[in-house]
Amino acid sequence: MSALFQLTATEIRRRVAAREVSCEEVARAHLDRIAAVEPRVDAFLLVLADRALGRARALDRALAAGEAAPPLAGVPVAVKDVLDVEGLPTTCGSRILEGYRPPFTATAVARLEAAGAIVVGKTNMDEFAMGSSTENSAWKPTRNPWDLARVPGGSSGGSAAAVAARLVPVALGTDTGGSIRQPAALCGVVGIKPTYGRVSRYGLVAFASSLDQVGPFARTVEDAAAVSSVLCGADPFDSTSAARAVPDFAGALGRGLDGLRIGVPWGFLGEGVEAQTLARFREALGDLEAAGARVVEVALPHLPHAIATYYIVATAEASSNLARFDGVRYGLRSGEPSDLGTMYGQSRDRGFGAEVKRRIVLGTFVLSSGYYDAYYLRAQKVRTLIRRDFDRAFEACDVVATPTTPTPAFRLGEKTGDPLQMYLADIFTVPANLAGIPGLSLPCGLAGGLPVGLQLLGRPFDEETLLGVGAAYQRATRHHDLAPAV
Amino acid sequence: MPRVTVETVDHVARLARLSLTDEERRVFARQLDEILAYAESIQALDTADVPPMTHALAGGTFREDTPREGLRRERVLEAAPDPAEGLFRVPRVMGG
Repeated sequence: MSALFQLTATEIRRRVAAREVSCEEVARAHLDRIAAVEPRVDAFLLVLADRALGRARALDRALAAGEAAPPLAGVPVAVKDVLDVEGLPTTCGSRILEGYRPPFTATAVARLEAAGAIVVGKTNMDEFAMGSSTENSAWKPTRNPWDLARVPGGSSGGSAAAVAARLVPVALGTDTGGSIRQPAALCGVVGIKPTYGRVSRYGLVAFASSLDQVGPFARTVEDAAAVSSVLCGADPFDSTSAARAVPDFAGALGRGLDGLRIGVPWGFLGEGVEAQTLARFREALGDLEAAGARVVEVALPHLPHAIATYYIVATAEASSNLARFDGVRYGLRSGEPSDLGTMYGQSRDRGFGAEVKRRIVLGTFVLSSGYYDAYYLRAQKVRTLIRRDFDRAFEACDVVATPTTPTPAFRLGEKTGDPLQMYLADIFTVPANLAGIPGLSLPCGLAGGLPVGLQLLGRPFDEETLLGVGAAYQRATRHHDLAPAV
Repeated sequence: MPRVTVETVDHVARLARLSLTDEERRVFARQLDEILAYAESIQALDTADVPPMTHALAGGTFREDTPREGLRRERVLEAAPDPAEGLFRVPRVMGG
C-alpha cells in the first residue's frame, strides 16, 4: 500500500472523486513529506501550508455537498517562483523583487486551481530563469534528490526536485532553453515544454519573450497529459497564446507505435555525449522499436549553431525585458541616491546576481549600434535555418529523439566559474525553443546511479504524438517507477 | 571579431543602467570575449536570402478592443518602493 505522497495525480484525483480520501488528507500527507525532506533538498522558496489546507477543506466541503470532482481535484502542485499568485511574493529567485506581491494570478496557476489543484508552495529557480543548475538562485541552491552533492538542473530545479522527491506529484516550470526538460532529465521525472503559444504567459515574469513557455513536471506521462489538458489554451490576457483548439490529451495515451517514425540526428550526437547516457539512449530507442516504432536517421545540419543563436537571441530579449526592474514601480530600491540615473544603476547592481548581469551586458552588446546586424539580426536568420531543419526532418519522421542532456547531473559548483561550459550543456534542449516546437523529457534509466532523460521533439501543436509515444514507452518500461532514496 | 575589453563592458553597462564593480568589469570582459568567440561560428553561414525569425507563432489571440476595468491605482502602488500622492516618487531626474 503506497503512502499518499507516493501517488500519481491521476490516482489522487480518482480516490478524491470516489471519496476514498479527502483533499485535506492528501494535502497534509504532502505537507508532512515536505517538512521531512525539504531540509535536505531545498526545493521550495515558500511553503503555503495554511493556504493549501484551507483550499483543500473548501474543496472537500464542495464535494460533500455533491459537486462533481474537477479534473485535478485535490492534486497538490508546486509552482515555480516566476509565476504570479495574487498576494504572495514572487521573487524569480532574485533580490530585486524583494517585497513584491503581485496584484494578479498567472493564468496557468488560475487554471490549475480552477481545476481543483492545491498549490502547496513556490519553488526555487535560477534567478530570472537564467541558468542550468538552480545555483543562480539568490536564496539557496536546490539539491538533486538522487545525490545531494549534485545539482537538480535548472532553471526550474526546485519544481523538478520537488516532483522527484515525492514532495508533490505535479509542478509547474518554464522552459526558455530547456529549463523544464533539462531538470526533468537530471531529476528523473517527466517534463513537457509545450509548443510556443500553447500555454498562456499572463502572470509569468518574462525572460525571453520569443522563447518562454510554461509547462508541467510529473512522474508519469498520464499525469503530464492530464495537467496539460487543463493548462493549454488561448487566453484573452495573452495575445501570444495560440487560438487553437486543445484536445483532451488523455485520448492520445492509448496510441500504439506501429508505423511511427522516430528520427535521430546521429550526426549531431557524435562526440560530447557521455558513454552511459548514450547507452541508455540507444536502449530507449530499442524499447521503442520493440513496441513497433521505426528509427530513421534525420539531418539537422544547423543544430551545431543552436547554442550560439540561442545565447544571442535570449540575452538580447532578456536585456530588454529586464529593463523594467529599475527600482521605481516594484521591488528593491537602493539607498538614498542623489539622482534618478544613480538610483537605477545602484538598484540594479544590488538587486541582480552575476549571471543576470552577465546576460544583460551580453544582450545589450548584441543589440548595440554597430553589432546588431552581425549578432542579433544574423542569429534571427540562423533561427529560421534551424526551424527549416525541423520542418524538413518532420517530413521524414513523426518525432525527433535525442538524449535530453549530454551528461547526468553534475556536482554543485562544478561549472559555476565557467559560464560557457554551463551554456554548452543546453545543446539538445535549445533547438526546440528556437523552432517553437514541443518537447518532452522522459526518464530512461540510470547512469552511475543518476537519472538519464530521453527527449522527444514533435511538430508544432502536436503534443499528442509526444504524449502517445511517451505513454507507450512508460507501458513498456519501468524507469519512471525508480525513486531516489532521499 | 571585436575583442571585448573592459571599456566595451563599461559602455554597454552604461546603456543597460548597470553599475558594475571593478571585479565584475574584468571578469565579464574575459567571459563575454570567450562567449562571443564561440558564437563566431554563425558568421560563416550563408544567410543572404534567409528572413529573420522573430517569433514562432503565426497569429495570436486578440480580444475585442472594448474598455474594461483595470487594476486599481492603490493596488498597483502597494508594490512601489516609494509611492506618494497616488504616484511613483523618484529622485531628482535633471542634474543640479
